Amino acid sequence: MLQQYGIIAIFLIGGALTAIAALLVNWIIRPKLPPVGSKLNTYECGLETQGPTWIQFKVSYFLYALVFLLFDVETVFLYPWAVRFQVLGLFAFIEMIIFISILVIGLWYAWKEGALKWQ
Amino acid sequence: MAMEGIFTGIAASMRELLAGAPPWLENLSMGFLYLVGVLAFIFLNALYLIYLERKISAYMQQRIGPNRLGPHGLLQSVADAVKLLGKEDIIPRGADKWVFLIAPILIFIPATMLYAVIPFGKGMIAADLNIGVFYFLAVASTTTIAILMGGWSSNNKYTLLGSMRSVAQMVSYEIPLTFSVLGVVMLAGSLQTSQIVMAQEKVWYVLLQPVAFIIFFIAATAEVNRAPFDLVEGEQELIAGPYTEYTGMRFALFYSSEYANLVSVSALAVTLFLGGWHGPWLPSWLWFVIKLYIMIFIFMWVRWTFPRIRIDHLLSFNWKVLLPLSLANILVTGVGIKIYQLLTLGRW
Repeated sequence: MLQQYGIIAIFLIGGALTAIAALLVNWIIRPKLPPVGSKLNTYECGLETQGPTWIQFKVSYFLYALVFLLFDVETVFLYPWAVRFQVLGLFAFIEMIIFISILVIGLWYAWKEGALKWQ
Repeated sequence: MAMEGIFTGIAASMRELLAGAPPWLENLSMGFLYLVGVLAFIFLNALYLIYLERKISAYMQQRIGPNRLGPHGLLQSVADAVKLLGKEDIIPRGADKWVFLIAPILIFIPATMLYAVIPFGKGMIAADLNIGVFYFLAVASTTTIAILMGGWSSNNKYTLLGSMRSVAQMVSYEIPLTFSVLGVVMLAGSLQTSQIVMAQEKVWYVLLQPVAFIIFFIAATAEVNRAPFDLVEGEQELIAGPYTEYTGMRFALFYSSEYANLVSVSALAVTLFLGGWHGPWLPSWLWFVIKLYIMIFIFMWVRWTFPRIRIDHLLSFNWKVLLPLSLANILVTGVGIKIYQLLTLGRW
């Protein structure tokens, strides 16, 4: 088992090294003069950029993100259950139906309260 | 069936070559061999899927597409890649330099790692993790972080908007994607990709889980940011989304990992729903590749057929249609399995 995670680690490091190698080749081949002037401007369709970009603004999907968190945690419970589903018997199935229906009620409530509406 | 064993034969002869070596060295070099294979697969696919995409879109719009360089324009992508290699490296004046530099490397890592659990053929899997599918879904969602890093650090309003949209899309479509896979996991009783393929020897899961397949397909389209869900880089409104400020090889890394993600998601769809490498007569890896390209073709077909949908429609479609549907699918699958067990085994 540990060997397989070793291979995953090789893929992780290998992916990073490949990307770095590609950038290195780019660095060797490309023109050495550093770009100057308006090449370094922010590209916003040829117009001068207006005001700062890194400001506080409203993220309209904030409530979606909260509901997402709920269901993402639910998947953590659902996956082990799904793997053993055929062995576990009827009781576990009914338990999971109750668990899911509680979450569905939560979803229905969020829906009713307008959390699933883009504002 | 000499064709069958080409790739497994290479791996076996490599192992034989390392017979006397200590086991850590053997595993290290085998991992390296898998990595080289996967990287070659990624880059060849990225090159030729761009060509394929241009050709398919051209024919769908009654154009010819690239046809100048090489026979039928086959060398066009190679020329593009070489051109991108020699491009100037521009970091915009206002950018957050280090985040800007790291993002393209970070996006390539999950793109590579996803291939570790894909069974390309009989016995052709780099790391047969017992949590394979879960690993795939977990690693796939980290791509968004790199997109967000790139979009935020560029200090450009369009890139910022694009990356925020990418987060909104991930936050929504991740849920139906994971839930649609659950039906398959319940049927196979395993998260191991090789086990799931083995379980489909008699019947493909697309026949038992048609709804899950459609949900998976829609959610995957959103996950890899392709039309009709390509709000992240909607060209008409956001230039190129989070990639706007990137040039040269950095842009190429973003672009190729996008295609790599398309291939890996299609490969997962083939593994979970289309029977993986199962098929008569032809070698297993060839079956896998054939199914893979059919899936990719469908993705492209969808891209060039449907118009882009608005973001509020996108999110409400996900939460009000796909999510209840995928939950219902889990329930129906559960009831179906229990009834089947009662009929065949006489117990619940």
